[in-house]
Amino acid sequence: MHKVIIPIGPQHPALKEPASFRVALSGEKITGLTVRLGYNHRGIEKACEERTYIQDVYLTERICGICSHAHSSAFVQAVEEIAALDIPKRAKYIRTLIGELERIHSHLLWLGVAGHEIGFDTLLMYTWRDREIVMDILAMITGNRVNYGINCIGGVRRDITPEYIKDIFRGVKTLEERTNYYIDIATKETTIIKRLSKVGMLSHDDALKLGAVGPTGRASGIDRDTRRDDPYAAYGELDFKVITDDHCDVFGRTVVRLGELLESYKIIRQVLKELPEGPIAVKAPRKIPAGEAVSRYEAPRGENMHYVKSNGSEKPERVKVRAPTLANLQTVSKMLEDRQLADLPIVIAAIDPCFSCTDRLISIKESNDKRSKIMKWDELREYGIHWYQHRGVDFTKINNKLKRRY
Amino acid sequence: METKMMQDLLGRFPYLNEKVRAQRDRRIYAEIDYANFVEVFEYAIQKLNFTFLCTITGLDEGERISFIYHLTTQDGIILNLKTSVPKEKPVLKTIIGYFRGAEIYERELEDLLGVKVEGLPEGKRYPLPDDWPKDQYPLRKDWKPNA
Repeated sequence: MHKVIIPIGPQHPALKEPASFRVALSGEKITGLTVRLGYNHRGIEKACEERTYIQDVYLTERICGICSHAHSSAFVQAVEEIAALDIPKRAKYIRTLIGELERIHSHLLWLGVAGHEIGFDTLLMYTWRDREIVMDILAMITGNRVNYGINCIGGVRRDITPEYIKDIFRGVKTLEERTNYYIDIATKETTIIKRLSKVGMLSHDDALKLGAVGPTGRASGIDRDTRRDDPYAAYGELDFKVITDDHCDVFGRTVVRLGELLESYKIIRQVLKELPEGPIAVKAPRKIPAGEAVSRYEAPRGENMHYVKSNGSEKPERVKVRAPTLANLQTVSKMLEDRQLADLPIVIAAIDPCFSCTDRLISIKESNDKRSKIMKWDELREYGIHWYQHRGVDFTKINNKLKRRY
Repeated sequence: METKMMQDLLGRFPYLNEKVRAQRDRRIYAEIDYANFVEVFEYAIQKLNFTFLCTITGLDEGERISFIYHLTTQDGIILNLKTSVPKEKPVLKTIIGYFRGAEIYERELEDLLGVKVEGLPEGKRYPLPDDWPKDQYPLRKDWKPNA
């Protein structure tokens, strides 16, 4: 059959972020795929060299809108290792807590996107509604839904109060019930099983060769998780399982992420029960002695690696970042070889490439009023509810029903 | 475990004497001349089970451009293998024969540090735009954003 090459991206309705795929097709079958990345390159590594360590904590946090804590943690861990700072135990536990809450919000977000990509938008609505529980918890503890700003060199910036602990336990209980329900759906609902099984196959050997990390690797039987293998923060003292699966397809990746959610709830309960008393930070010097360190962090999408080299000044000599998506994107071409074009969106989505969702404080301009108005999150939520009610979409009944259940 | 690995490396490659150190648990750093790089790299993969490449870090160190190959084992030990080439003629050989996924890390070195990686297949550059001016390598120390 005549071969056709179609470009998908860099800007394309099916992609959440700019990336360019050139898909060679024979009919509906994909015969080759080349990926061009770099459209989001912002020169952050160079920018880090020109700023102080304190500024870099905030800059690295902004590498990603979803795993922001993963990046700032990896960075501060490296700096703390060079400066030989002994971090208080309570700070390590709080970092772990935020890390797991971040994983929950990221995995729930992914589950919704996966549902959307296969035309199961009810799943998207459900999971993103439930995700608000964890977003509210994060906002309560850190003051932010994303870009939490909880890390500082030497510890964390905010403490956890007993009231927070009570609220987190309550939220986690609801989330666990919901997750069990999603596991039930994902493993029993025929349409999901049929749509995801044998799609985006990545054999164990290929996953190893291409260097797949995180749930993408673990769903191909790669038993690798930085939290267990190279423990950081409080993970060395906590009891949890690394979830792996041998399906090697998108279904496997779904099972792994859902299983990891349950493990995250387990970790959070342990952290809250065993939260040590004491200070939350030690004082860090502005100038970091010359040295180098490699720091790893298991982000929701997989291993995140930072390398920091210092030269004795208050600015780093070099900061190198390798985010998990860069390691995983190389598996996509393999997953799509000889597959149908229709599988492309869900297969790309299944490695969970990163995109941001950072709107919190938003400036709204009425079309008939030139003045803009700043709204707080609660006001924006109210505004949204009224906006939909005005157009005949009303969730009051279902919300009340949910409130009674949980 | 790290001590055993370091002894293995030193026993097999005497020229590594005083060039290998363990900074902390699970972190080994080694520095080697580029002429000896391949044999140490191969030994680490095949005999010491460093079967996974985290990434390659490139550094501009004045007269030379250095590279750190961050290799890891299944149980979380990282070997940071550092080597360097002169800046006037920065040429490396590709390692995609060992790690297929290294391609993108090597393209990154080409774009940001102006290194020529021999043996890379044809493909798209990463991460700079197609119309990026020639001979502009952002991660070199003498490169300034507004230059």
